[in-house]
Amino acid sequence: MGSTSAENSNNGSAGVGRRDLIKRSAALGLISVPTMSFLSACASSGGDDSGDKAKAGKKTAKNPLAVNDTAQMEFVLFDGGFGKEYAEDAVKIYETNFPKAKVKFSATQKIQSTLQPRFNQGTPPDLIDNSGAEQMDMGVLVGKNQLADLTPLLDAPSYDDPSKKVRDTLRPGIVEMGQFDGDPVWIMYYAYTVYGVWYSQKALDSLDEQYPETWDQMLAVCAKAKKKGMAGWTYAGKYPYYLPFSLYPMIGKVGGVEVLDAIDNLEPNAWKNPAVKACFDAYYELYKKGYVLKGTPGLDHIQSQTAWAQGKALFIPNGSWVENESANVIPKDFGLAVSAPTGIDSSDKMPFGTIWASGGEPFIVPAKAKNTAGGMEQLRIMLSEASSKNFTSKVKSLTAYNGGTDGITLTPGLKSGVAALEKAGDNVVNPRLQDWYVQLQKEQIGVAGLGEMMAGRLTPAEAIKKIQGFADAAAKDSSIKHYKHQ
Amino acid sequence: MQHGKYRFIVGFLALPLGLYALFVVWPFIQSIYYSFTDWTGLSPEFKMVGLDNYRRMLDDEIFWKSLQHSLIFALVLPLVTISLALFFSFMINVGGRKRRGGPVVTGVRGSSFYKIVYFFPQVLSIAIVALLFAFAYNPDSGAINSILRGIGLGSVQPLWLGDPSLALWAVMAVLVWSTVGFFVVLFSAGMASIPADLYEAALLDGAGRASTFFRITLPLLWDTVQSGWVYMGILALGAESFAVVQIMTTGPGGPDYSTTVMVLYVYQKAFRDGQAAYATTIGVALLVVTLAFAALVMRLGRRERLEY
Repeated sequence: MGSTSAENSNNGSAGVGRRDLIKRSAALGLISVPTMSFLSACASSGGDDSGDKAKAGKKTAKNPLAVNDTAQMEFVLFDGGFGKEYAEDAVKIYETNFPKAKVKFSATQKIQSTLQPRFNQGTPPDLIDNSGAEQMDMGVLVGKNQLADLTPLLDAPSYDDPSKKVRDTLRPGIVEMGQFDGDPVWIMYYAYTVYGVWYSQKALDSLDEQYPETWDQMLAVCAKAKKKGMAGWTYAGKYPYYLPFSLYPMIGKVGGVEVLDAIDNLEPNAWKNPAVKACFDAYYELYKKGYVLKGTPGLDHIQSQTAWAQGKALFIPNGSWVENESANVIPKDFGLAVSAPTGIDSSDKMPFGTIWASGGEPFIVPAKAKNTAGGMEQLRIMLSEASSKNFTSKVKSLTAYNGGTDGITLTPGLKSGVAALEKAGDNVVNPRLQDWYVQLQKEQIGVAGLGEMMAGRLTPAEAIKKIQGFADAAAKDSSIKHYKHQ
Repeated sequence: MQHGKYRFIVGFLALPLGLYALFVVWPFIQSIYYSFTDWTGLSPEFKMVGLDNYRRMLDDEIFWKSLQHSLIFALVLPLVTISLALFFSFMINVGGRKRRGGPVVTGVRGSSFYKIVYFFPQVLSIAIVALLFAFAYNPDSGAINSILRGIGLGSVQPLWLGDPSLALWAVMAVLVWSTVGFFVVLFSAGMASIPADLYEAALLDGAGRASTFFRITLPLLWDTVQSGWVYMGILALGAESFAVVQIMTTGPGGPDYSTTVMVLYVYQKAFRDGQAAYATTIGVALLVVTLAFAALVMRLGRRERLEY
């Protein structure tokens, strides 16, 4: 619209009708109050969930979900760090199994802008990878009954072994993550992410150090690195909600899982637990002692990852996607590795190795989709061993399918992630703030709390007080749906 | 005769007015309607909740912050941009001194080159400009801090976008950089239509640059300045501020909400938090602010029209 107005203004200054010009530019400007008119356009066509659903097909051993083999199946994928090839491969299998069915597959980065109007009209696709920056709010979707319960999929026989149910082939915690309250499973997380402290084995070796297990050791390693002109830590300063990837499991390790659960449940004074204070103090010390890469609070995730890959800092809190995302800046001999977070000392409630791992890449089947069985069948195919292996070897990430790494060459980061999971055993924690309360986690705790503390503008005590205030406000806010650990 | 005349006018206006009503007025009415509901934006179901959204907005600390930032944008940006643009275009078109054999009224030496330099940012999309500056502001390896280091100011290494007290100004500086060229061209065109003999007379009377500018150029350019002011203010409240804030300080809205502006807040509420109804409520507030801004500028800027 800039150019349109420019023409108008130039005409105006030639002498005629300046008043009109002003009026016109005001009108033009008002259109630029941008989202309003767009928003309204979405809502106006109120949908009715009329009965044009695909008829159920015949239930057979090969088709346990009774997919209608002539019905169209539509699949919309988030085209992000994992690309779209893995999904296209799975779609091909669907097409082979149901040759008469038409599959409409598309990949986009704009999940919400593409799909929000379709939800509003009651004509959503049959399977969605609801991920990325434009992820639709799951809490709202569940609260407004927009999602189909995936229990039939989980109780169906698995793709590889008819004697096993799909749910028995999944990694621990995956099914629970897809629940909100009660039994229905709304979301199928397909990827499996290991969060923790990422580092270069080569850099650690050059300092003659092992990954530190207690905070005193951590400070010693950082001091040593500093002498060599290397910062200890960096993080995505503009998105400080990456800090929790190592901070939350540390809190769990120090104080026990109950502390994290209380935080997720928005219980009063949950953040005032001494374990939280101890961990905040520990991180703040990194800042105080100058172990955080200079300028970090002004870096975004890519910039901080790049600085880290260039060896300017030893450690970075991140998730296992970092290997794929930073593939072109990580040197070949980097020795990419991940570790469970360092604890305080031997009095911690959980052993070293306690790690945060959980599902990523959430897939949903809309309740109002025409071919819900088809959407679920597509997921069942993706959860087979072959498809899972295909995903892992293509995008360097684990899937929800338990196993599926035998016989494929694992990249260094992935290998170290698998090892970390093995070491953790049952000590896997899964804080839910980031999928239950997006704004609280990212903007309030992350940016306004942790980010400010790590930039040295809040003390740990002030940060805790501020964050507790945000959590209390979220607990009271009736416009947010609240969840509890079962 | 009168009757026929109106039918003639109506005949011409019906179609554009109809389109305007359908695509501009109607969405506005709809948004105002949705601000009284609890619509999420993710499902077609909603119910009326009366003034709840407005009550919530008045208690919403972030809303007030975003309003404050938007107002700073709307007041400071036009002031800085337009003053700079006026100065530049005056120097380019009028500020020069007579050279032998040249026209009486002329710009400073090399003015056609400056014109291109100023206008250059206009050919870049605002998204590119924002990304470019996001890199330049990188405190670790960005251009600005590197320059500071290069000239021996290694101890001054601001965090720019990472510092709540600087972020808003850093973002505004980018908008000034990218929009000033447009107004230079706009004002140059306006100055071109001012008769040269006025300037000649002033020069003969011995007027300097400053008095030529304040006595002749500015008064004769007033209408253009005023409409430029409204236009810039609306840009600052709307599209442009959204783009730079969203792209540069994706934190989101800068450290500790230091750059959250109203349009960004509307976007976040509608497309991140699934609270479309509340978003329209803030949208309505933005509409009121924009209208008030335009009305205020027109009111304060009213003065006798000069004919020449």
